[in-house]
Formats: sequence, C-alpha cells, structure tokens
Amino acid sequence: MERVVVSMQDPDQGVKMRSQRLLVTVIPHAVTGSDVVQWLAQKFCVSEEEALHLGAVLVQHGYIYPLRDPRSLMLRPDETPYRFQEGRRACWDWSGTPPCRRGLVVHRPLPKSPGPQTPYFWTSTLRPAAELDYAIYLAKKNIRKRGTLVDYEKDCYDRLHKKINHAWDLVLMQAREQLRAAKQRSKGDRLVIACQEQTYWLVNRPPPGAPDVLEQGPGRGSCAASRVLMTKSADFHKREIEYFRKALGRTRVKSSVCLEAYLSFCGQRGPHDPLVSGCLPSNPWISDNDAYWVMNAPTVAAPTKLRVERWGFSFRELLEDPVGRAHFMDFLGKEFSGENLSFWEACEELRYGAQAQVPTLVDAVYEQFLAPGAAHWVNIDSRTMEQTLEGLRQPHRYVLDDAQLHIYMLMKKDSYPRFLKSDMYKALLAEAGIPLEMKRRVFPFTWRPRHSSPSPALLPTPVEPTAACGPGGGDGVA
Amino acid sequence: MATEGLHENETLASLKSEAESLKGKLEEERAKLHDVELHQVAERVEALGQFVMKTRRTLKGHGNKVLCMDWCKDKRRIVSSSQDGKVIVWGSFTTNKEHAVTMPCTWVMACAYAPSGCAIACGGLDNKCSVYPLTFDKNENMAAKKKSVAMHTNYLSACSFTNSDMQILTASGDGTCALWDVESGQLLQSFHGHGADVLCLDLAPSETGNTFVSGGCDKKAMVWDMRSGQCVQAFETHESDINSVRYYPSGDAFASGSDDATCRLYDLRADREVAIYSKESIIFGASSVDFSLSGRLLFAGYNDYTINVWDVLKGSRVSILFGHENRVSTLRVSPDGTAFCSGSWDHTLRVWA
Repeated sequence: MERVVVSMQDPDQGVKMRSQRLLVTVIPHAVTGSDVVQWLAQKFCVSEEEALHLGAVLVQHGYIYPLRDPRSLMLRPDETPYRFQEGRRACWDWSGTPPCRRGLVVHRPLPKSPGPQTPYFWTSTLRPAAELDYAIYLAKKNIRKRGTLVDYEKDCYDRLHKKINHAWDLVLMQAREQLRAAKQRSKGDRLVIACQEQTYWLVNRPPPGAPDVLEQGPGRGSCAASRVLMTKSADFHKREIEYFRKALGRTRVKSSVCLEAYLSFCGQRGPHDPLVSGCLPSNPWISDNDAYWVMNAPTVAAPTKLRVERWGFSFRELLEDPVGRAHFMDFLGKEFSGENLSFWEACEELRYGAQAQVPTLVDAVYEQFLAPGAAHWVNIDSRTMEQTLEGLRQPHRYVLDDAQLHIYMLMKKDSYPRFLKSDMYKALLAEAGIPLEMKRRVFPFTWRPRHSSPSPALLPTPVEPTAACGPGGGDGVA
Repeated sequence: MATEGLHENETLASLKSEAESLKGKLEEERAKLHDVELHQVAERVEALGQFVMKTRRTLKGHGNKVLCMDWCKDKRRIVSSSQDGKVIVWGSFTTNKEHAVTMPCTWVMACAYAPSGCAIACGGLDNKCSVYPLTFDKNENMAAKKKSVAMHTNYLSACSFTNSDMQILTASGDGTCALWDVESGQLLQSFHGHGADVLCLDLAPSETGNTFVSGGCDKKAMVWDMRSGQCVQAFETHESDINSVRYYPSGDAFASGSDDATCRLYDLRADREVAIYSKESIIFGASSVDFSLSGRLLFAGYNDYTINVWDVLKGSRVSILFGHENRVSTLRVSPDGTAFCSGSWDHTLRVWA
C-alpha cells in the first residue's frame, strides 16, 4: 500500500495537489476525491469502480484523510478535499523533527511552525497505538469542548481513566500542553492536525460497528521460537540435502509439452464447464430451477449427452461417474473380465477404509480374488502376484497397491479403449439427449418456490428421483 | 562436551552451504527445460467473452467472521465455520440452515464436508479436528456424538477428507500435516518439512490418488506422498505466506494464492512455476483460490474485499467482483462447477454464478 501512496505523492507524476478552500481557511497540499479516483484509474488502467474501491481502501487504512467531515473514512469521488497522512516514525519526545522512516522521503514539506510536532504514522508501522496517547487525545477533546466526546469515546475515556489513574495527571498535563502549543499555530495547520489526529484514531480505535481494518486474525508463526530452532538443526538440513539430491535426479518434462497439455485440457472441457459455457437447460443458481441437477443426478436412467461424452475423456472420468462405471461393469461382464473392476473397487475400499477394518478386508480380498481357485480370480502377472502374496503376511492398507495398479493399467490400456469403440457405448452416446434450453419466464414476478433436495444425511440411502420424463428422451435431440 | 559442540557447529555450517549449492543446481536444472511461456502458447486460444457473474444467494446467519467453507458432493449443501465458534450446514439453494454446532473454541479456521454427506469435520484454535455426524433427529444433540480425531500442538488451519469418510488429512500451525483414521483417531502418517505454519492443503485428483499439496508461512508449496510421508516436490517462489493451494482439474498442476498479492501456477511435470497472476492495482494478499471445472478460470478472493477472476491460460484478469464488505477469507467452486461460494469477514457467504 505504501508504494501506491508514495507514488501518489510524487510531485511530478502524482495526484494533482492544490490549495483547497475550506470555509474560510486555505489548506495547502490537498487533493480532491475525484482527482484521486482519476489518477488511480489512469495509473493502473482499471475501471473507475475499481479505482474508487482502491482509493476507499487507502482512506479506510488512514493513508489519506478527509478534511471535511472526518468522522467517516470514505472516499467521495467529488470535490471533497483530502490530504495525505504523514508517514514518520513516532518519537515520543515532543521536541525536534522525527527521523524519516526507513529512508522514505516525504516529498511534501511540513508546515513550518515552531514547537513540538505531533507525530503520527502510517498504519503499516508495527507499533500499536499506545493507550497513553489515546488517553491524551481524548483528554484534549474533552478539555477543548466539553461534550464533544461521542458515546463510545466517553466509555473509553472512563475506562482509561480507571486503568491509568496513576498517570492521569501526566495525561492531563500533556493534553493541556499540546492544546496550548496548537494555539500558536495558524488556523490552517490546526485544522489539518485535528483531521490527521481524528483519522488516525478512527483507524486505530474504530467505533463499535465499524470494521477494524487492522485486525489480522490469529497470529501466525506463533511458534516462531521453535521454528527458529528447527531451521538451525542439522536434521533439517540433512533432510533438505536428501530432498535436493533426489530432486536433481528426477525426470522433467519440457515446458512446451506441459503447457500444450493445458490448452488441450481446457479446450476439451470448456463446453462442459457451466461457468464458462453455461449449462442446459439452465444454471440452477440463476434460474432457480433445479432441472439441471435432476437430469444429472448421480444415478439416473438417461444420462445427458455431455455426460456420456465425458466418459471418453479419461478412464478416471468414467470410473468416477456411477452410471458410467455401471455401464463399464456391464461391458466387462460381456468380456468375462468383470472381476478386474470388482478387485479394483475392493482395493479402493481397503485403502480408504477404517484402520480397524484392514485385516478383515485384506482377508476378504485374498479369498475372493487372489487365492488359487478363488471365485473371482484376477489375472495378475506372476511377479506382482508373488510380491503381493509375500506382503499379505503383514497386511497393511497399502499392501495391495502394486496389484491394484497392475489391474488398473490393464483396464485402462485394454478394456477401456475397447469399451469406447464398442457398440454399447456408441448406442449410449446416440441415445443420450441434449436438454432443451429453458424458456424464459413470461411473468418475471412469479415466485418459484425453491425445493430442497433430500439431505444425504437422512437415512436410509437417499435415492435421487430418476429423470423419468426429461426432455432428453430417445428421439428428442435438440 | 566442548569438542562435540564445535563439531556440531562445523557440520551445521557445511550442511547449510551444501544445501544452498544443491538448491542452486536444482534451479539450473529446472530452468533448462523451460522453453516457452504459458501466455505465448496461449496466444492462439480464443479470448474469453465478457463475464457477468452476480451474487445469486447470500447466506446470512453467522454472528462473526466466516473463516472457511466446503461444498457437499450433492452440489447444493455447504458447511461454513466462523470466528465465534459456530459451524453451520446450509442448504444453500434454499438458503435454509439445516444444522448448527457450536464449537468450544473460537476461530474455527477449518471445516470440511464428508464425501458421503453424512458428517462434517472442523477445528481451529483448539488444535484439534473433530468430526460430527449429521443427524436430523431432534432429540439428538449433535455435539454429543462428536469425535475428536486429530491432535496437533498448534492451531488447525485446514482439513479435508480423503476419498472416504474414514480418513482425514489436516494441516496445522505447528508446521506439520497429518493423516488420521477417523474411527480410532489413530495417526496414520505425518508430514514434516515445512519451516513454519502450514496454512492450506489440497488432495490431488489423480488416478492413483496418493499425493497432496500444502502451502505455508515459509513461502513454500510442498507436494507429499501420502503413503511414505516424504516430500516429493517443493516450490519456493512466493514472496510471502501462501494462504491457499488448489490443484488444476487434470492434476498436473496447482495454483497458489499468497499474501504477496499474487497467484501462481506450478506445473508438476515441468517441476517449476509456469505463470503468475498479478496486477499493479492489486495490493492485498489473496486468501483463497479455486479453478472452474475446465481449469480455464481461476477465482481468487482477496483481502481487499474483492474477487478477481483470471484467465488461467492467457494470464489476464477477466473480471473483478465486488460485493463483500470485508476481506474474502474462503472460496470454493461447487462440485459440478455451476457456481462458486465465497465466505467473508463481513459475516456472510455469497454464491456466485
């Protein structure tokens, strides 16, 4: 944020500054809200809406403060005058000029006036606004004009009074001293400083209900101490070295190949992406009609054309779709290799199952698929079979990984391509229809009640209603 | 003993320098095969048209900042968690609240829906991940059936079920990730390697389903083998904390969003960063990212209350969405890609389409 604000204050390229007339007083080096918006829009080549948003954020964080009505930190894109907050490191000895922050030079000359400068800083300073300073600020307000403290400020004032009671004399003394010093300045300066102060405290002590822009969330790296220890340990470095050695040995693919893959993937899936290409009959969220979901329910008698097409994209897509998987199982049955898919499913169950189930599941798989003479014996190459049987002596959830991979690849390289070329699949593709686009509602004010679907959490197993009379029927290809 | 200490120090320095030189060599190797940039390859792709995305549903009901959300596989239901400890399950199509649970801790930073739709997991400052079975029985108090699954030594930042209701993967502020058995609460595998808090994770949609990626405050994104617990690949090009990681739908790449106001795309086969999504006018960190179904669009929520939509291939910004009144903390695309949901510190969730 600071980068942006600094460039905004650049005397040549920054936002146009001029003296603004506020009631009777003239304030130098001020900018109008509309100038700020224009400059941002131009510099970053963005729309006015976005420029306004960005400017508003800068104001909310206190980098720019309004000169009129400083109670609300908003950016108004009109002639309302604003000024840039001074970004100097605070020094709480009230004399002398504060040093520049991190070598950052503030282009704008400070109002030349004698006496102590009241320091304020940019919100990115890590130092939290001290309670003492807030007390002094409130005390000043109270003394200057009794009754100007707003409700929440009065509460804070009372609370602080109780808390730092011992130093209260100091607080009042500082407040009076600052007020006295301020009186020596010109009216313009006084107004500027008052606005600066007000903005600063609006940011650091937001009134109830206003968003606190400084809030960060629970501290990260809160175990920073232990982190430091960890990075310094020899183990950590040894692990790093091992990782780097392995990484150096890995095979990489040329960027051009990888990037081309994205193009083909996005191109293939584009028409299937509702947010990119829309969806038929309509996007339920836009039309309030859930026909799309009914038609594409997990288990539906008549899958849509797009859905059947997807089964041809990759083996994974086919398996992930319950309808696709069921059809594939039928196909395998015809080829007498259905046990392959069953075996794969059983292995998945083992891998993602409960830890307590592991021994039972492994036994079951062995009995059904691997034991000699098993009912659904799977044909794995002898080496993998040997290794698997060996591993079964100490069963764990990954013991069937090799066998599972072998069968998976077998299905993927052999059965799957045959499935896609089969009459069965071609018939499915031909039967599947494209839903008609939903007609626009004639009476836009008719309220459609939104029906909730049955929650999956309801027992027994939820069965989605099949699209019995969906428009994607056998002959209704739109 | 004094001599041992000295020996230790010497090897420490030499180890460090050895690691550094290997790291340099690795960067060289990675650069060798980088023959073209993504936006160059994407020049022949048709540009996307104008996108008009609006808020279609607003879910109001949380009393404080929304920190995390997840979709149910039924494409409609959403679980969300917030700073005040409340976890709510919404039927977001109807905007009805279906379940609500109050956690015993504040800042519930992680929540996830089980694949079956019958349970939810959540956790945060309590350093634990708890699983609640969902029930419609009015007599049952949901909190009564709660199962404490994961135990970390610092806050829980992210959690996700694997392919079933019976395993959970967690990421924590203690710098580790871990895989747990839900039924017994047993630790199945732990993943060490991050040098600071881990803030996010995502499971790979691969055929063999064995890896996941995590991002942390050490600016690194690391890819892990779930079975061995080893880090398989690591990427360190971000300039600040990585808040969110998400796999590209094909599983060959992943995107990350960070406090350095950029989102980046990392390719796993090329083993390098292949794209940066940033703009001069975006100066706030990206808190959460997700891809559309085809991977053409990348949605990113930022701390300046906006959501930016990026064209993944061309690297340009397609659209900026306003609407939230405080930072966007979480963003997920629905399982069938018809919409995406964003949760924000302004106490609301919005579904956009």
